Amino acid sequence: MRWELLRNLVRKDLKVKYKGSTLGFAWSLANPLLLLVVYTFVFQVVLKTGIPRFGIYLMSGMLVWNAFSGSVSSACGAVVANANLVKKVRFPLLVLPLSAVGFAAVHFALQLLVLFVVILGLQYSLFGPELLLIVPAGAVALLFTVALSLLLSALNVRYRDTQHLLDVALVAWFWVNPMVYAYGLISDRLGDWTWVYLLNPMAVVVMTFQRAIYDPPPGNSTGSSSIIADTGYTFYLEHLGIAALISLAVLFLGLRVFRRFQADFAEDL
Amino acid sequence: MSSPPLAPPAQPDRPAASASASAAQSPGSPTVIRAAGVSKKFVAYHKRATSLKERFVRREGASGEDFWALRDVDVQIGRGQTVGLAGANGSGKSTLLKVLAGILRPTSGEVAVNGRIASLLELGAGFNGELSGRDNVYLNASLLGLSKREIDRLFDSIVDFSELRHKIDDEVKHYSSGQYVRLGFAVAVHVDPDILLVDEVLAVGDEAFQRKCLDKIAQFRAEGRTILFVTHSLDLIENMCDRVLVLETGNLIYDGQPAVGTKLLRQRLGSLPVEGGAVPYDLSPVKPTAVTFSRDPGGAPQVQYDPGEQLTVSVELDLTDYAPQHVYLHVDILGQGEVPIWMMETPPGGISPGPGIVMVDFVVPRLPELLGAFAVNVRVSDAATGHPVTVRRFEDLFGVSGPQVAGLLRVDYQAGLRR
Ligand SMILES: Nc1ncnc2c1ncn2[C@@H]1O[C@H](COP(=O)(O)OP(=O)(O)OP(=O)(O)O)[C@@H](O)[C@H]1O
Ligand SMILES: [Mg+2]
Repeated sequence: MRWELLRNLVRKDLKVKYKGSTLGFAWSLANPLLLLVVYTFVFQVVLKTGIPRFGIYLMSGMLVWNAFSGSVSSACGAVVANANLVKKVRFPLLVLPLSAVGFAAVHFALQLLVLFVVILGLQYSLFGPELLLIVPAGAVALLFTVALSLLLSALNVRYRDTQHLLDVALVAWFWVNPMVYAYGLISDRLGDWTWVYLLNPMAVVVMTFQRAIYDPPPGNSTGSSSIIADTGYTFYLEHLGIAALISLAVLFLGLRVFRRFQADFAEDL
Repeated sequence: MSSPPLAPPAQPDRPAASASASAAQSPGSPTVIRAAGVSKKFVAYHKRATSLKERFVRREGASGEDFWALRDVDVQIGRGQTVGLAGANGSGKSTLLKVLAGILRPTSGEVAVNGRIASLLELGAGFNGELSGRDNVYLNASLLGLSKREIDRLFDSIVDFSELRHKIDDEVKHYSSGQYVRLGFAVAVHVDPDILLVDEVLAVGDEAFQRKCLDKIAQFRAEGRTILFVTHSLDLIENMCDRVLVLETGNLIYDGQPAVGTKLLRQRLGSLPVEGGAVPYDLSPVKPTAVTFSRDPGGAPQVQYDPGEQLTVSVELDLTDYAPQHVYLHVDILGQGEVPIWMMETPPGGISPGPGIVMVDFVVPRLPELLGAFAVNVRVSDAATGHPVTVRRFEDLFGVSGPQVAGLLRVDYQAGLRR
């Protein structure tokens, strides 16, 4: 793996995107804050979810989801967007989807910092030992994102409707993560079948991020159902383990498909 | 593509810069590029499934012509050779370079490359117009495999070579196409390649820069590196190359001396007038319109023959515009590299066809023990005056599969030891 090339490509993307526009960069960091205002209004004021400090709850799960959906969506088009390069220069093609993931990861890290600053600014508590859960959750999120990105970027070269299908799927997928509603709503409804919901690696990642960052009210309850899944650690670590296994399976598939297809990229583009 | 070494690396170091070019191209030099039986088929676009929907809801009867951009190309290039690659537009030159560079996968055949390749397939391929020249140098060199430290070291030399120091911090999208190529070429030659593949990109530079590139190529040559470059300039082939490859519709029709290759090219590209004042066949009153190969006159077409079999070469003549009293036909059977293998002519005095479309058959009762694929060149002349009327070289091939494994002819011989 040519890490240096990967780093250069990510840097190039950042440079091209924010060329001569510090404001643009600041905006991309502040963008989630706008989302926060909109969603808070809709879900806390209009729909009355009963989750206290809804903004923090929302952001702690949604930043990682946004990073995931942003990476997967742009990685999907990464090979096609670089057609000219692929057809004219020989280099390890894996760096194309990976650089899209890297680009989103940089934004994610910075947005997370902004979130921390906001939390501290609002004088909520933040630095408990649970914050360390970010590390395994982030690792699983990265693994799953990379795996799916490789698979989709290769498929999209041959089957150009992959991108459209993905965009539709991401809209639906958004709702099967407990980001704008409390996890308890789902576990109450699904009961013994909750494990199916938890097969979605992103749901587990989102929930772990919430556990790490969001500080539930005493009793962890909206009044009718629990907010976060569990107030301990093992629940999360166990499910992250399962999510990691699923991600590895997708990674295996993604790598195989990418390797199979890449020899024909220059011809299919 | 991982390329197993073809031959043991002969010299750990490149021959010193002072080593003469002729020494570097000695016949014993190790092969650094070997393509064996390389063919490349492009599947007609509408025949590929291009959406997931179609992938699963398979359309019936999707049809279309597959296109063979390369057919059974065999090339071996030794270390230190400078090889020109020529041919008409669409003959497959860029395709061959891409296959050798590992960008396209050959449909069949093998490619093995031994050494670090730099390819310059398009002016500034991989440049991003939004970035400055400086950023692009770093990005492009990094794509080509250099580390940051190496680029830092080479940066000044790259910029000096491109003569673009005053522009290096401007966005590349504001460069002229010549400046684009300069920068691209400067980066490519600095990655220190063992093998340099260059598509016809140099033509864009101004004369001074072209000379500089040629000097660089000459220097590479003297250093014993291998260069394969596409060019339409016959002068360049004659002056710079040790060897020329000529492609025609995907077939390698010539591989050898530049002087011969350029003559062939001039003929093929029509810049060499057909000798003796003949006119192009489609303007000629007597038009050779087709040749067919069959066993018996009028029989089913057949392309593959065994030695000893009968072969009939039928030439179709269109005489609807003009029916001369006598027509004299001369047929050359051409082998690899346009070498005439044998000739056939109509009897002295010619033949007397009527008006309309006629067939002239040349029957070979027993094919000799030959091996290879052969094409046909038809010359028409005026039987009365002997003046050439027209000439047409047909692309149709027939093959003869002799019993021998190599060589054109089978010859009986005996090997013995004599003291
Ligand atoms: N990806 C592709 N899909 C289908 N056909 C292709 C593709 N790439 C090239 N071809 C076809 O292959 C043939 C050879 O193309 P190539 O670019 O190798 O020609 P060339 O000899 O480099 O010509 P030129 O002198 O114009 O550069 C052309 O007929 C071209 O249309
Ligand atoms: Mg070309």
